Amino acid sequence: MKITMAHGSGGKATAELIEDIFEKSFHNPVLAKMEDSAVVPGAEKIAVTTDSFVVTPLFFPGGDIGRLSVCGTVNDLLMSGAKPRYLTCGFILEEGADTEELKKIAAPMAETASEAGVSIVAGDTKVVEGKGGIYINTAGVGFVPPDASLSAASCEEGDVILLSGNLGDHHAAILSERMNIRNTIQSDCAPLNEMVNALLKSGVKVKAMRDVTRGGLGTVLNEFAGASSCCMELEETAIPVSAQVRGFCEILGLDPLYMGNEGKMTAVVAAGDAQKALACMKKSRYGKNAAIIGKVVSGEPGTVLLRTPIGGTRIVTVLYGEGLPRIC
Amino acid sequence: MTDIQSYLNAYDGPPLRLMEVCGTHTAQISRCGITGMLSPAVRMISGPGCPVCVTVTAYIDKLVALSMEPENVVVTFGDMLRVPGGSRNLNDAKATGGHVRMVYSPLDTLKLAADDPARTYIFAAVGFETTAPVYTMLLEEAISNGISNVKILTSLKTMPPVIDWICKNQGGVDGFLAPGHVSVITGSRIFEPLSEKYGIPFAVAGFEGPQILAAIYALVRKNGKAGVMNLYPGAVTEEGNRTAQKMVDKYFAPCDAAWRGMGGIPDSGLLLREEYARFDAGSAGLNDDRGANAHCRCAQVLTGAVSPNECPLFGSSCTPQTPQGACMVSMEGSCYTYFTNMRKR
Repeated sequence: MKITMAHGSGGKATAELIEDIFEKSFHNPVLAKMEDSAVVPGAEKIAVTTDSFVVTPLFFPGGDIGRLSVCGTVNDLLMSGAKPRYLTCGFILEEGADTEELKKIAAPMAETASEAGVSIVAGDTKVVEGKGGIYINTAGVGFVPPDASLSAASCEEGDVILLSGNLGDHHAAILSERMNIRNTIQSDCAPLNEMVNALLKSGVKVKAMRDVTRGGLGTVLNEFAGASSCCMELEETAIPVSAQVRGFCEILGLDPLYMGNEGKMTAVVAAGDAQKALACMKKSRYGKNAAIIGKVVSGEPGTVLLRTPIGGTRIVTVLYGEGLPRIC
Repeated sequence: MTDIQSYLNAYDGPPLRLMEVCGTHTAQISRCGITGMLSPAVRMISGPGCPVCVTVTAYIDKLVALSMEPENVVVTFGDMLRVPGGSRNLNDAKATGGHVRMVYSPLDTLKLAADDPARTYIFAAVGFETTAPVYTMLLEEAISNGISNVKILTSLKTMPPVIDWICKNQGGVDGFLAPGHVSVITGSRIFEPLSEKYGIPFAVAGFEGPQILAAIYALVRKNGKAGVMNLYPGAVTEEGNRTAQKMVDKYFAPCDAAWRGMGGIPDSGLLLREEYARFDAGSAGLNDDRGANAHCRCAQVLTGAVSPNECPLFGSSCTPQTPQGACMVSMEGSCYTYFTNMRKR
């Protein structure tokens, strides 16, 4: 069935669409009440975030807009030390969108939400004129433990920088689909609950962590270096990038340091905890290629340096320019 | 490789200024941190090898004007969108109703045109010897599939004449890191007359860090004496790619061309031949070059007369977010590369 303006009317067609696809997929007691707002138990400190997803194509190797819309928001909550609990989702559908496609998006959304331990407790649907496009906004609520003390501003000389796996997979997978390039690159789109929980539970002193999404690792580490007024030094050879993505980047002139990811995080930990943190990451479901990629050194505050394979050193800046539009 | 590195680091002979002509080399030298590995006596300077950077404002203005006509769609690589014209760039045009589409390959133009026969799709065909063959493929395909609503607006340029211009008008270059991609098409022999005429060495280089270092080493060892060395033999032959050369010759003829900052250089461009003029969207005579900002020193940067960081606008009013000149737009532009790598030399 094709979406028509009637599906956004708020009447019978809207109710049927919600019941048939969203309620069925996301079913839980809070949502089932179908009230104007979801009423849920709370905590002393909560984390709140929101993200909109406009990726093209809607389905790509390794994921789809549904899984992405859960991972993006869940990972943002995790990075502030929160335990993700609730999501809301808003669908903006263009006239002509297909309900079969919607079902194929709602199913992995529900699966990913379940993997990430969150319930989708409220939602909204709007229909606009257009050519069958589908856009999703999710907002997330997480509970923050009273002792959480993560901050981009707490990195100090001697600390070690870890990365949870290969860079650039999501970006390269999306670009390959758009350019019709055949390869087996898969998006890394994943919720990082297991990894973050393991890290925080292990007793490792995590100073700062962040998921490495749009803007790439280069941008994230510059934010850390700036907020902490410290100098970071990376070893280019230690930064994991798959052979396929590396080749892809060489052909297209891309730099993995600025490519977007949807299931990768970087963490800065005290030097003594580095090996323990690495082991935690490597043991978790999405972290088998995790690596120690650099450290905080004495040097010009606010800068990120990269030692190149041939022994040169260059400065890594934030991403300038456009990057790639609509990858998430 | 370690020997080469220590030699280049310790070199204390006569000071040498080596020009990397190709934008990809400029970017790679920054990415690998190569300048920091060289003795202060060896200075790398960037040349006119970024196609977007050497494009004059009249060309951008023409693209903008074409995009505003309802029956046209201008199709371009992403880099071109932000290159400043006389007053507006293509992004500005797009925001005010101009028809501009960004693609990753010129051949994408064919599908766009086939799906929308009522409008003419005009590809912004900039580039050097390397890209010219791709445009001939576009035209071949358009002809064989009977797609008549495709045109190109060309600003195609060739390398030897501009290298000649630099040697003759400016000098001060003790060796050229010759462009690898261009040489794949043209062959390394194309640089021999220039090398003999000016008594300057040329080293054709690949794009990996070690390949670039090896080429710099070869140039330093030559110590300003003539000779063409092919250090990219896996990809470059003396004769080059004959098939590509024939295709370019079939469609294009040499013409005088205007270069940003350098003015007109005889026979340094390519224009569609008479028999294919129906594919030309009006490329001849686009010579005006009036930069929006009078203080922009792109012109001198492109010929290696000054380093990007010697321009008064560099890093202040001119950054990748607010480029005043074309060299700050393209990822292979010298100013962009210096800025994003905070290169000091």
